[in-house]
Amino acid sequence: MVGVANTSRIEQQSTLHGTEELVINMGPQHPSTHGVLRVILKLDGETVNDLDCDIGYLHRGTEKIGENITYTMFIPYTDRLDYIAAPSNNLAWVTAVEKFFDWEIPMRAQYIRSMVGELSRIASHLLWLATHALDIGAMTVFLWCFREREMVLDLFETAFGGRLTVNAFRLGGLHEDVPDKFLQLTQEFIDIFPSRIDDYETLLTNNRIWLQRTRDVGIISAEDAMDLGLTGPIIRGSGVRWDLRRAKPYAAYPYLDFVVPVGENGDIYDRYLVRIEELRQSTRIIQQCLDQLPGGPVTCKTPRTIKPPEGEIYHSIENPKGEFGFYIVSDGTTTPYRVRIRPPSFINLGGLKKLCIGQLVADVVAIIGSIDIVLGECDR
Amino acid sequence: MGIVEGKFSDNFVTSKVDSLVAWARKSALWPMTFGLACCAIEMMASGAARYDFDRFGVIFRATPRQSDVIIVAGTVTHKMGDAIRKVYDQMPEPRWVIAMGNCATCGGPYANYAVMQGVDEIIPVDVYIPGCPPRPESLMWGVMQLQKKIEQEKYIRR
Repeated sequence: MVGVANTSRIEQQSTLHGTEELVINMGPQHPSTHGVLRVILKLDGETVNDLDCDIGYLHRGTEKIGENITYTMFIPYTDRLDYIAAPSNNLAWVTAVEKFFDWEIPMRAQYIRSMVGELSRIASHLLWLATHALDIGAMTVFLWCFREREMVLDLFETAFGGRLTVNAFRLGGLHEDVPDKFLQLTQEFIDIFPSRIDDYETLLTNNRIWLQRTRDVGIISAEDAMDLGLTGPIIRGSGVRWDLRRAKPYAAYPYLDFVVPVGENGDIYDRYLVRIEELRQSTRIIQQCLDQLPGGPVTCKTPRTIKPPEGEIYHSIENPKGEFGFYIVSDGTTTPYRVRIRPPSFINLGGLKKLCIGQLVADVVAIIGSIDIVLGECDR
Repeated sequence: MGIVEGKFSDNFVTSKVDSLVAWARKSALWPMTFGLACCAIEMMASGAARYDFDRFGVIFRATPRQSDVIIVAGTVTHKMGDAIRKVYDQMPEPRWVIAMGNCATCGGPYANYAVMQGVDEIIPVDVYIPGCPPRPESLMWGVMQLQKKIEQEKYIRR
């Protein structure tokens, strides 16, 4: 076999030295898989030849639970899907159910929903940056990001009483108006936050190690990203300006001015830059919400028992991780007939194979980090 | 300490072997991070800047072979059960278990086909921490409870 012109270098080596592919297991207990993802890698030396994802380690039957409880009772369960940005999930559920009805949601509630949604985007991106940088080996970023994340969690606590799983919104508006202290503390937070983003950037953006680990690694083209149905910062990093806050505005987003940042190359570095810019844009949105916040009631008149008419709806919003949607089939009773969750993490994870093949095994950790998955919503 | 009181110079401290060993063990509890769900985020927050778990001698390790205590933080599904047992078996003795959150304690809000109703179905638990998820302060309380428990253990005569 040696010397045959059309055999590859790898094939020649394996025939000469008797080498073979190595199958290694990563997870479900692995600090870099962001939860309980299990990845089975087929390696040729350091290069990934093939890859398989094993999910379901956090399957909690949330969709089935949704069929057995009322629409209002399901709100706390949505907290625990993407638990890093719980208010965003609440927002997706309440806006989806509200689509069944022609309720007029008060503008004050809409603005507070947008504001809290953006705060949760900041909390989510900060946790992503912290853990992603920690995976690649930067410890300081982790401590700095958690410092600001605690400030956001304090804001949630002031407004809703919970830190992480906040159960923020209700069908038809909010449970009750946010206290004045929340608005005041939010203003204080966004006054200092832009300078903190600059701090993170001084650590990473021009850092040689960071550039070598992230630039030209895990590239996905815009076409491939669209074919795979990827959403969120990962598709924007590939240069597609797709953001549901713009494309299908909900809450108060039609009245707010913000830029949808996009990348160029679709590598990990571009996804990093997109998320950093989203942090800045979220700060801008929150400032506008605070400036324009109207007075008035925070909830519309809703019936005592929520009984949507027979039918089905699909509604999705732009979560920090991508398009997060609910498909609800109603049979006219107080409980849904079917709840289907469209989780961004699950569908973005579908791109992992495309991103990883041909890369080095150490880059798999960086790529998983850059997709920003949460297994709670991936496995549901 | 009874008859040995005042018999030695200032540099000597008299103690029981049990208390000395217990003191050493409780002061450097290295937990194995077993983050499964929401509670893992609060566990990370406990280790980060504001709550600073290092003050208790708690340093998170990523491998069971270097750790004394496993903090099961999150929902334990039946699919995950095997992996937890495998990791627990790899830990060197003495080893302790903290079940963090309602899910690890009793299944929490998930009473269905997929979720194990408490991690104590597969491994013995020393401290249960309620909450959904528990605040970092609660996790600290849990670790302090475990420290109290370790203090009371007898090593010379079991």
